[in-house]
Amino acid sequence: MELLMSVVVGVFFMVGTYLLMTRSLIRVVIGINLLSHATHLLLLTMAGLKTGAPPLLNRGETEFSDPLPQALILTAIVISFGITAFTLVLAYRTYKVNKTDDLDQLRGSHDE
Amino acid sequence: MMNNLIILPIILPAMIGAILVFFSKSQQIQRFISVIAMTAILIASIWLAIDVYNNGMRVIALGDWPIPYGIPLVADMFATVMVLLSAVIGVCCLFFAFRTIHPDRERFYFYPFYFFLIAGVNGTFLTGDLFNLFVFFEVTLLASYILIVHGSTAFQLRESFKYLAINVFSSMFFLVGIAYIYAATGTLNIADIGRRVAELEQDGVLNVIAVVLLFVFATKGALFPLYFWLPKSYTGPPAAISALFVGLLTKVGIYAIIRVFTVIFHHDLSFTHHFILVLAGLTMLFGVLGAVAQYDFKGILAYHSVSQVGYMVMGLGIFSPLALAGAIYFMVHHSIVKAALFLFSGVAEKITGSTDIRNMGGLLKTHPAFSWLFFITAMSLAGIPPLAGFFGKFSLIVPGLEETHYVVVAVSLFVGLLTLFSMMKIFSHSFWGRQKHSSTQANIKTGGLLITIAPLVVLTIVMGLAAEPIFFYLLDVAHEILDPSIYIESVLGE
Repeated sequence: MELLMSVVVGVFFMVGTYLLMTRSLIRVVIGINLLSHATHLLLLTMAGLKTGAPPLLNRGETEFSDPLPQALILTAIVISFGITAFTLVLAYRTYKVNKTDDLDQLRGSHDE
Repeated sequence: MMNNLIILPIILPAMIGAILVFFSKSQQIQRFISVIAMTAILIASIWLAIDVYNNGMRVIALGDWPIPYGIPLVADMFATVMVLLSAVIGVCCLFFAFRTIHPDRERFYFYPFYFFLIAGVNGTFLTGDLFNLFVFFEVTLLASYILIVHGSTAFQLRESFKYLAINVFSSMFFLVGIAYIYAATGTLNIADIGRRVAELEQDGVLNVIAVVLLFVFATKGALFPLYFWLPKSYTGPPAAISALFVGLLTKVGIYAIIRVFTVIFHHDLSFTHHFILVLAGLTMLFGVLGAVAQYDFKGILAYHSVSQVGYMVMGLGIFSPLALAGAIYFMVHHSIVKAALFLFSGVAEKITGSTDIRNMGGLLKTHPAFSWLFFITAMSLAGIPPLAGFFGKFSLIVPGLEETHYVVVAVSLFVGLLTLFSMMKIFSHSFWGRQKHSSTQANIKTGGLLITIAPLVVLTIVMGLAAEPIFFYLLDVAHEILDPSIYIESVLGE
């Protein structure tokens, strides 16, 4: 299962990186989003998938799953949610003000 | 009780930032609250620095969770120096902002994000947990995204989108590095990681993790070849914000590099620290070459801060007590001087209405006080004794020669020469020569602005004249850094 997840993470990273290098603003935003999903999956996989019962004491279990990665992922999801919201607004404003969503034309010139 | 002092530099600006959101429409109340808050942060930072110097490292376990499991805040001498530095830069830039930031910007939450940025920066300096470091990085970066685009001119929007994309990308890699570290060591507490890495012996996997983290921090700290986002994004926003960024943001990356590569990854010096040294040399060289080619006041300064980052990392690469003390001295010196220079660029822009040095000239005749203050600061950056820059470079070059890193020493000397050249380029274009600004512009009073920058200029002179006691202190700091067992034992309480 871990192996399959690693492959999934790899594919996510591949697609995300590809989108990040395209010229359209909105594709870059989607790329950033996919990359963050990939890292969250990676965090989950790295600690080992389901190695025991939920970490609740006094229920007769002896083997527990590690709860820390899930806490980390929750925090990371909240952060990436905020960043994505901001990125979308920024992309929209950039498009409105510069009148293009093509990053090649957003390169800028020397005479300003 | 005294341990709770550590949290003040983080929680004060965070709370004040939240409070200021409610007063966004009233300029007076915002300014009043922010002056009081910034002074309080400065006092807390000084108090913390003195306390840590006298009583040794302070550690606080947040929420009283036992330490390897909960998140600790750790104030060692290195961290307190940086917190104090951020407070000093914060105060000066705040007062400069009062006089230069457009009232519209003030109404659109300039001050709240200013304080959130400071909270994030202080958090990264004080935290003792790798994931918490990531969170504070994000707090800092989110505030910086907003400050950098604040005002939304076409130029700012364009450049900040790139700034955001590259930083989000590297933040993702930070998380990847954290995931790897958690898989390899099973802990996220920096001290605990340090201890386990020492037991595991650093090779293979851990070297890969080291390079992933180096990539992340090098992007934030603008090391070669990842500095390309810096020059343009730092020239877009107003001078007060650029100065704050150059003083604090890149330092956060360098601080993280020094912290991680002294506490955790210090077992394979010939690989990691040699690599860092090569990067340092290339960063210096390419940064300064970029500066030589520029004609924009802020552009020159921004490229220079890239090249100066190389010096700080060079100290880590050499890895001897004097070199690390020199690196920290250089970080402090550079924050102060470069913040001052960026503020000066704001003054020049206010007088001449341009940041292109080819459109300036004859400022020496009409604004002598401004010109001479700029001259002192520029000479300090170029490393002319008895100013601070000289001692910063001297204390890096001497251990560099002792440890026989001749190439990087030669590069750093050559870069120093080019630094002097480009500072003289600014000076001869804008301050000497024919007056290019009108007579009404010549009568613009700059006294109020200069008073806010003067403390920074005085600091660079004092740092130069009092180099000896400062270095005794910094050598203590460096010894503490170079012996990670001190850090590890005081955090884990063994």
